[in-house]
Amino acid sequence: MIFFENFAVALRALRTNLMRSSLTMLGIVIATAGVIAVVSIVQGMQSMIVGQLQDIGTTLISVFPQNPQQGPGIVAKQVKLTWQDGEAILEQVPGIKEITPVIGGSTQLKYRDRQHTPQMVLGSFGNWPEVFNHAVGSGRFFSSFDVQRRRKVAVIGLKVVEELRLGQNPIGKEILVGNLRATVVGIMEERGQNLGQNQDDFVFLPFDTALALFGRSAGDQIQIRLQTESAEVVDQVVDGIKGVLRQRHSIGEDEDDDFVVFKQDQLISVFSQILGGITAVIGSIAAIALLVGGIGIMNIMLVSVTERTREIGVRKAVGARRQDILIQFLIEAVVLCLIGGLIGVALGYAAGYAMVALIPGDLPPPHVPVLWIIISFAFVTLIGVVFGIYPAGRAAKLDPIDALRYE
Amino acid sequence: MALIELSDIHKVYDMGEIEVRALNGVDLTIAQGEYLSIMGASGSGKSTLMNLLGCLDTPSQGSYVLNGVAVQELSDEELAGIRNKEIGFVFQTFNLLSRTSALANVELPLIYAGTRRAQRKKRAREVLEIVGLGDRVDHSPNELSGGQRQRVAIARALVNDPSILLADEPTGNLDSKTSEEIIELFDALHNAGNTVILVTHEGDIAAHTQRQIILRDGKVVEDRRQGQAA
Repeated sequence: MIFFENFAVALRALRTNLMRSSLTMLGIVIATAGVIAVVSIVQGMQSMIVGQLQDIGTTLISVFPQNPQQGPGIVAKQVKLTWQDGEAILEQVPGIKEITPVIGGSTQLKYRDRQHTPQMVLGSFGNWPEVFNHAVGSGRFFSSFDVQRRRKVAVIGLKVVEELRLGQNPIGKEILVGNLRATVVGIMEERGQNLGQNQDDFVFLPFDTALALFGRSAGDQIQIRLQTESAEVVDQVVDGIKGVLRQRHSIGEDEDDDFVVFKQDQLISVFSQILGGITAVIGSIAAIALLVGGIGIMNIMLVSVTERTREIGVRKAVGARRQDILIQFLIEAVVLCLIGGLIGVALGYAAGYAMVALIPGDLPPPHVPVLWIIISFAFVTLIGVVFGIYPAGRAAKLDPIDALRYE
Repeated sequence: MALIELSDIHKVYDMGEIEVRALNGVDLTIAQGEYLSIMGASGSGKSTLMNLLGCLDTPSQGSYVLNGVAVQELSDEELAGIRNKEIGFVFQTFNLLSRTSALANVELPLIYAGTRRAQRKKRAREVLEIVGLGDRVDHSPNELSGGQRQRVAIARALVNDPSILLADEPTGNLDSKTSEEIIELFDALHNAGNTVILVTHEGDIAAHTQRQIILRDGKVVEDRRQGQAA
């Protein structure tokens, strides 16, 4: 009962000194807005990346060659990862649904007088669409027959169609990939940005055709991508791959792998960790900013208590207890912080959108998890209590006779 | 039974080097419904006595029984409760909350008494009606004249139906005509059954009351009763 009355009294006092209240809140507003703006962008990125990685599927496994850590005096050996390794994996490790080698390079494309260098020219098997959950939009993907025969066919992304201005019906047209003349047989479905790459700016060639383009040695360091039959067997398959490769590469007990095996959820957690780190750094800067804002609040509350000494005296004379005065001033501080926080969250959200709109490039829409909003409000409330308690305590302890006499 | 019983009240202020004996053995009994004034030169201890009577302060020594309650034994919290329910203060400088309507000012003691909102508004209006400000409830103190402000303060003092109405130089900041009106209001409140104590140094104000207590050097030197107010 009295609590709500004190709440109303606090609000009225803040409204009466609108200008001062707003200036006091500014520190809290800016700090909160800053956090929310940056968090909204980082979290937007995170949810995009995680979403995209999950799109590809959690049963995707990637194998890359990797130079082991070299100690001094040890001669580096050429690390190899070949399709023979891939075949051995397919043969010896159970639970694999689809597997394909991948090689990639950057090569210029030509069509008539137009030129375009796509993000990537990739060589793979005909099962790429299954391995990467990426369907063909029109035409067809190349077949294993195309791969065996080293047919000069290409499947391209929409961006490539656009850049080379292949027109309404690109299928059947012949484009120049490096010095290789290839016929377009299919166009991939639109996919947009993924992990900073435009997925529509790709050219796919049959693996053996790509080898001919990039040179035989490209076959010594390939990537292997595979889909397991189910999510449950992913860990087993990863272990199996490691076993097969260590044996084939004659890696001793105490030697490091010369390859890495990545599960999709590992990638997710790596990205989450990086973005989580960024968020934590911003969070601590924000905490400092809020602290400074809190000190501002304390300062103004102390001024306010002094200015309103007589009011406190009157209230005490007509029956206000210490706790009534304490709660009144504490609520004032907390309400200041909460309103500041509210404005800050709104401004931060707006700033997040503005930043995304103004920064060139394809940033994902900002996203603030409810948890962060709750944390922000909890934190500003805490700031209000921590920095409000001292001035409020001073007000509550005033002697009514002195307070009434105060000029 | 007496409403107020002070016996052998001492109040000593410790000002570091020296002790100031503001009250030095005051005995005073006030009955329900009395109309009295406390007079004395400055430094005579009348402010201290008023603070004690109003439960803003406690005596260093002696006992104060108000309405059967031994006040000198109460805690700060309990004193706040007594001030809220038993005492109605009227100050020389009005002490209203500025930028707050007359009604809200009068409501203040009811808020701390925990009265419900609707009840509170109704009661505050009633009391403002009694002091003759029924048409000014929404005005803030800055929009009122000195006399009207003091009426608001008196309404605030009355709103909780206190045992004592305690006024400290209530006409000190008012011109003589307005002073007369305010004193007549106190007369009327006394006639309605309230116990009224005026602290003043003006003889013609004190002349309205039935009993005059004169303090000097922290002691009651005279306790005069008149048959009827002038």
